[in-house]
Amino acid sequence: MEANTRGTGRLPAAFLTPGHSSFVDFLAEHSPELIPGRRKLPEGLTIEAPHGTTIVAAVFDGGVVIAGDRRATMGNVIAQRDIEKVFPADEYSAVGIAGTAGLAVEMVRLFQLELEHYEKIEGTVLSLEGKANRLTTMIRGNLGMAMQGLAVVPMFAGYDLDLGRGRIFTYDVTGGRSEERGFAATGSGSVFARGSLKKLYRTGLTGDQAATLVIQALYDAADDDSATGGPDLARKIFPIVGLITEDGFRRLSEEEVSAIAVTITDERRNHPDGPQAPLL
Amino acid sequence: MSTPFYVSPQQAMADRAEYARKGIARGRSVVVLTYADGILFVAENTSRALHKVSEIYDKIAFAAVGRYNEFENLRIGGVRYADLRGYSYDRADVTARGLANVYAQTLGTIFSSVGEKPYEVELIVAEVGKATEDDQIYRLTPDGSVVDEKNTVVVGGNADSIGTYLGQRHTPGLSLGEALKVAVESLARDPNGGSPRTLTPEQLEVAVLDRARPQQRKFKRILGGQLSRLLAAGSGDGGGDSEDTELDLPELDEDE
Repeated sequence: MEANTRGTGRLPAAFLTPGHSSFVDFLAEHSPELIPGRRKLPEGLTIEAPHGTTIVAAVFDGGVVIAGDRRATMGNVIAQRDIEKVFPADEYSAVGIAGTAGLAVEMVRLFQLELEHYEKIEGTVLSLEGKANRLTTMIRGNLGMAMQGLAVVPMFAGYDLDLGRGRIFTYDVTGGRSEERGFAATGSGSVFARGSLKKLYRTGLTGDQAATLVIQALYDAADDDSATGGPDLARKIFPIVGLITEDGFRRLSEEEVSAIAVTITDERRNHPDGPQAPLL
Repeated sequence: MSTPFYVSPQQAMADRAEYARKGIARGRSVVVLTYADGILFVAENTSRALHKVSEIYDKIAFAAVGRYNEFENLRIGGVRYADLRGYSYDRADVTARGLANVYAQTLGTIFSSVGEKPYEVELIVAEVGKATEDDQIYRLTPDGSVVDEKNTVVVGGNADSIGTYLGQRHTPGLSLGEALKVAVESLARDPNGGSPRTLTPEQLEVAVLDRARPQQRKFKRILGGQLSRLLAAGSGDGGGDSEDTELDLPELDEDE
């Protein structure tokens, strides 16, 4: 729906109506068909679509790290080997997505725009809590499609400028939001990733250590979950790792991630199950 | 005496233009000029919250003078237009030219509609390009005319005298510090030939569209300490180079 295709080319009244700071609300009023969750599917139909799998995150001293593997699956087929599932949401937060890839990517675009739109209209940024709540609303709007198998389960991580630390939020398909302590994992490989994180995580990590930690967890998820892809050394496809600190979001370069991934893979030649935590 | 007086269309339009012009001339000016790394916006504005210069989209900014509620309305409309267009198509499909056209249509329709009073606003829509030659600056008047400006433009009170002075002093490829100095000097001039005023950082609203910014969004406000340093450097001798690195600070530390 384009502004200047209507009437005289003048901005439609909806554009000049004061009141909304939310792009999603504006879209719902002006072009509801553009909202991802609004599309109606025929009753009782299930669609097979590519799914993204494992996302992990961990808090460290001075920030938070969020990482995702690169595999998308459709049933037992690998649909894509280099899908991206971790995106910056704005300067100080990022969102990682598991679930139906097509819808999730669209939801991320809308979420990014929602935060940017609010910032431009209001001249100030939302609190981290406010951003997490906006994401809740958007997932809830997708519930109808989730019931038909097209679920989107994001993870939200960001640096809270007011509290001065990194925070992680996870969601379920109904929009249920919970803040996680220390570390979190979501998606099909999350059971294995969480076990790995639980054994390796400790407080006082540095950013580099946290990046190594999440890649270890993704390796363990890929080890036991067929839908999660491990580091692909032959094709040089490595996990996407985002680091959020007081300085903002930074995606680790391919060289940085490949260096960590190669070290981990080398270590696993001798210790296939990875580093060992003490018994007591 | 129920017969209305006949007013010719020419007279009616002239009256409306005059009404809008008077409203705009009451306010302080906004100065927009190109510099080596982008486009600089300087406004005389003591408010920290009510902006005359704002971000619209990745490479597009908006500056306005006149009635606040009217240009704020247009600004929000522009942000919605840009965000909707970028969401429907792609971020690259949002252009200053497109936005200027929509504003022109909106202002033009309001100006010639009998039931509405004309907007007392003058707008600038600017887009920073990959190189200085690609920078675009459009000025929009209350009747919906669009003027494609080069290098410098001034809107608001005393725009003519400020614009003439600024145009003479501006050269392509100024550093940020030098461009700011020229802009502030032209704003501070007394149109009646008296001695120029002194404008402090608290009286100025300064923002840039900086093509060298690594982020996708090129708009950045220059605030507080950074503005004071730039002004001090500019009044000393030319622009240093330390200011430019300051611009790479994350966007959101705007409140101080």
